[in-house]
Amino acid sequence: MTHFPLLSLLIVIPLAGAVVTALTPSTRAGLGRQVALGFSFVSLALALVLWIRFDSATGTMQLVERFSWIPALNADYHLGLDGLSLLLVLLTGIITPFALAAPAPAARNRNIYFALVLALQGMVFGAFLSLNFIQWFLFWELSLIPAFLLIRLWGGPVRSAAAYQFFVYTLAGSIAMLVGFLAIFLATGLFDFIALAELGRNGELTAALGDRFSFNMAPETLGLLVAGGIFLGLAVKVPVFPFHTWLPEAYTQAPTGVSMILTGLLSKMGVYGFLRILLPIFPEQVQAMQTPLLLLAVATIVFSALAALAQTDLKRILAYSSINHLGYCLLGIFAVATVIDPGAGNNSGREAALSGVFLQVFNHGLTAAALFCFVGLIEARSGGLRGLDDFGGLRKVAPVLCGLMGISLFSSLGLPGLNGFVGEFLIFKGTFALTGWAAVLALPGLLITAVFLLRILNRVFSGPLNANWTGLPDLSFRERMTVAPAVALMFFIGIYPAPLLELFNQTVIVTIQLLP
Amino acid sequence: MADHFWISHFLWLVPVVPLLAAGMLSVSGNSRRNRAVILTLGAQILSFILASLLFITVIRAQGGTEEVVRLAVNFTWFEFGDTALRLGLLLDPLNAAMLVMVTFIGLLICIFSVGYMSRDPNFTRFFAFLSLFSAAMLGLLVSNSLLLLFICWELVGLASYLLIGFWYQKPSAAAAAQKAFITTRIGDLGFFLGMIWLYRETGTLLFYDGGAGLLEQAALHGLATGTTIGGLALSTATALLLFCGAMGKSGQFPLHVWLPDAMEGPTPVSALIHAATMVAAGVFLVARAFPLFAATAGPDTVATALIAVTWVGAFTALFAACIAVAQTDIKRILAYSTVSQLGFMMIALGVGGVAAAIFHLIAHAFFKALLFLGAGSVIHGCHDEQDIRKMGGLRRFMPATFATYAIGMMALAGFPFFFSGFWSKEEILHLAQGWPASPIPFYLALAGTFLTAFYMTRQMVYVFFGNYRADQASSEKASESRPHESPPIMTVPLTVLAAGAVLLGLVATPAWPWFHHFIEGGAATLEFGKLFTAGTLGLMLLSIVLVAAGVGAAWFLYARTSLGTAERDPLERKRPGLYRALAQRLYVDEFYDATVIRFHHAAGRAADALDRFVWHGLVMAVSGFSVLLSRASQAVDRRFFNRGFDTGCETLRTSGGRVSRWHTGNIQTYLAYIGAGLVLLIVFFAWIQQA
Repeated sequence: MTHFPLLSLLIVIPLAGAVVTALTPSTRAGLGRQVALGFSFVSLALALVLWIRFDSATGTMQLVERFSWIPALNADYHLGLDGLSLLLVLLTGIITPFALAAPAPAARNRNIYFALVLALQGMVFGAFLSLNFIQWFLFWELSLIPAFLLIRLWGGPVRSAAAYQFFVYTLAGSIAMLVGFLAIFLATGLFDFIALAELGRNGELTAALGDRFSFNMAPETLGLLVAGGIFLGLAVKVPVFPFHTWLPEAYTQAPTGVSMILTGLLSKMGVYGFLRILLPIFPEQVQAMQTPLLLLAVATIVFSALAALAQTDLKRILAYSSINHLGYCLLGIFAVATVIDPGAGNNSGREAALSGVFLQVFNHGLTAAALFCFVGLIEARSGGLRGLDDFGGLRKVAPVLCGLMGISLFSSLGLPGLNGFVGEFLIFKGTFALTGWAAVLALPGLLITAVFLLRILNRVFSGPLNANWTGLPDLSFRERMTVAPAVALMFFIGIYPAPLLELFNQTVIVTIQLLP
Repeated sequence: MADHFWISHFLWLVPVVPLLAAGMLSVSGNSRRNRAVILTLGAQILSFILASLLFITVIRAQGGTEEVVRLAVNFTWFEFGDTALRLGLLLDPLNAAMLVMVTFIGLLICIFSVGYMSRDPNFTRFFAFLSLFSAAMLGLLVSNSLLLLFICWELVGLASYLLIGFWYQKPSAAAAAQKAFITTRIGDLGFFLGMIWLYRETGTLLFYDGGAGLLEQAALHGLATGTTIGGLALSTATALLLFCGAMGKSGQFPLHVWLPDAMEGPTPVSALIHAATMVAAGVFLVARAFPLFAATAGPDTVATALIAVTWVGAFTALFAACIAVAQTDIKRILAYSTVSQLGFMMIALGVGGVAAAIFHLIAHAFFKALLFLGAGSVIHGCHDEQDIRKMGGLRRFMPATFATYAIGMMALAGFPFFFSGFWSKEEILHLAQGWPASPIPFYLALAGTFLTAFYMTRQMVYVFFGNYRADQASSEKASESRPHESPPIMTVPLTVLAAGAVLLGLVATPAWPWFHHFIEGGAATLEFGKLFTAGTLGLMLLSIVLVAAGVGAAWFLYARTSLGTAERDPLERKRPGLYRALAQRLYVDEFYDATVIRFHHAAGRAADALDRFVWHGLVMAVSGFSVLLSRASQAVDRRFFNRGFDTGCETLRTSGGRVSRWHTGNIQTYLAYIGAGLVLLIVFFAWIQQA
């Protein structure tokens, strides 16, 4: 290791921040939040430093830190940064201070709340940077603990059930994944993502599994089983239909800041897993199962949009909307796996789809977090009410709140000029070129999304002002400062997405070149 | 020729200037009224001047040559993978003419709005939205890329949404805004799909790109010869998908339902967006992509896409005209008239007359803006009354409005010779008559012409003739509630538009088809003899007879009986069943409520139930089963294995008691332990590393 371990530092800062915040005396109100915010801004600054140091002209891992960690398991401490990791590191850097500044529960022990949010950020950073399964899995699992505690201790009325369901469901998925990786380890002796991707690409992984285990099964079947286990773990996390039922409960019961992190960051860990693990290591298996996988993605898009239509709780609508938007990511990922005739020599469809997925990951994180924040701001004013029909005519008393939330809603429904459109356009462009039928089937999702998002505008903001809320205050200066950066970013990315695309373009190209 | 084009460097400014105005207004407070007016009007005037300069440049560059001037500037928006996604701007006669029209009418409507909206508390925001709309519409016109056109197209939709729902306190306005957005988005999905399909097939979204563009020979040939499912040519399939978008935006049947409801917006909005400009975007799209629509594999066939355009247009033209006959809201009559006129434009495009369609579009923009602003003046003067049954005799109270409205009405109805609407409609009928595929659209258009004259006369009689009827209803404060003429800031734009509605006809008569040649190339010569060729003259006479019949019939029915809310409509007295069906807009909305919308809600509830009961139920079943298993194993443990351990456990418990003193229950202490442990671990690993 010749350079300064920036990546390890990125993981350590929030953890150190968590300790400091927890030890901050709670006698002075607001001090804990300030300390936590301070640490999260340091992380953000470091993430920006990484962006500057990052060489976007190559698609390989950069700033790599690697040394032997558990020799018995052939597990190294292995961190690295490519365009995908950097994108998610930036997202994490942005979302965490945003979530910390969002309305926080007014209970005791608020410092612990802020500390746990920082601890969660550390785990998330770790998961986005780790290149070794054991290490990655540790961060992946450890992130559940602060998330669980945050929901369990500071959540809504049925927080307990929601938290347990979230924890146990995700854990069950993780166990399936762990078993899958143990099988891989037993067959190959490897836990390293990059080395395994190499094997997966050459088809040696399936062969190795066939050699190690027999179970009277063909190697292909074994490969599918192992890939299936890993798929299960990731599918619960994202989530993929029909493994999504924990999500509306968890998102709804979690306090605002935690909902923002759940949708902005934790769901991205699942998508990241698909991009970092499933697609590179199991390209054959994904290709073999492409049609059912695409059908699952389409079902995720359409059913979650329809379910959102039937909800009356703002947070539940947003939760389903979140599933819907992640469905587009899945659609793009599975379409990328299409076998391309090598003679055609044109990867434009794959590049479009994958670039779209990357963009969508970032954009959804930003927009969904902003929307949950806005609902939190409304809840903070209404004493916890957040039903679709509890309001009406809020534009009259809170024009700034409604205007900014309106922009975020339009960003979410993919209005051109705002961030959501670019990603969705590229995903659909690529998917249509690769597997036209899936793109066409997913298209109604775009319409239904518009319907339920406009319904929020219509019922909450328009109409005659509800007599209960004539005194509802508009956003304060501090609150405006909380949401303004996110809204500004929505415009910026929507109008000029080139910097973001440039950041991960080489990673996209390399990822696709490595696919068979 | 290149030296003419210095102005093209300023092309991008035409949409960007109003966009900047919109941006500045949206962050400024509601109290800055004067600034809002100055910014908006300033931006509109600047755009108009630029557009006029561009228009003149194109005329001079064209200089009567056969070639159509086309100037494209393309640039890269972003790169993905090895591909650059390029957008571009374009200047050609088609959009040069449209730019002048949109900026000019936009400017007049902004002036009118200063008066009309003067008492509105959200004055500033209104002008911000209006500027946003102008920017999006102008961007749509200048784009040389299907993607950029789509982006602006959606922004136009957004501006429309915001302006229809401008009086958001009214639930009906909010609902109308939502309906407009959703209905047009249904069409836009087709547009979107067509766009990504074209991108897949041709690898570009630029219209003109030095031979490599979408609308140029090489790409068109590939699209026309390639086939897809059902033997449809690729060009046909993609053109029809784009046409879905055009149907949504331009209110063609069956996606026309949003347009009449859009009249919930302030009247200047109805004039600008839902009559003059935005709804024309669909027509413009078809005109812009016309080479794609017209692409055929063989030379002598009529393109399938154009056949569809013609039929949809012809049906809509007649269908909407029928409904307009039985409406009683002054703005709704005009709205259905707009739908019907857009149908005429689609007929023109379908039968191959791009110039005819665009000319009718521009002429219609003038007289329809005039009619809507006139209606606004009437509504303003009658204290926000929109029901024509409660008006009457207004010509005495509002002479300026009456005079200009009459000009607009005659232009729309197609009164002969002195009105632009006569010549533009004449050309469409002429082209439809010669259409080889089928004679029926021509007859539908003729019927539409008759009905247009009929319903406009009916409206004139209701509003301006007879006696003022609101007095009878509320006589107690008759003097205050007298209708009054509107202030000059509203009547002056009316006069200017009326002049336009008349004079514009001069540039597109068969005797001097200047506009035609401007759009399609070639020089125009003045030949009065062309007016008297057999085909032209006969058709002219026929349509004059039809218009006269329409006016006469309406006059006969309406001018000689008493009208009012209490009275039934004279037509209703004669044909009650038919009238009711027309008044109910032929039940299209009810049909959608009963089918599409109900299905939507049912599907939503079904998906929700699936989640709550099936998927969640499965999860709960699995977890219940696991709990059951663990209970069983616990019971087994207690009964059979635990007894012996109990004594051993007792020892453990006492020692555990000592350890448990560490468990203070204080989370801070725990975290301190955790922190200390973490530090120890790090030191440990670092040490191992050294070793």
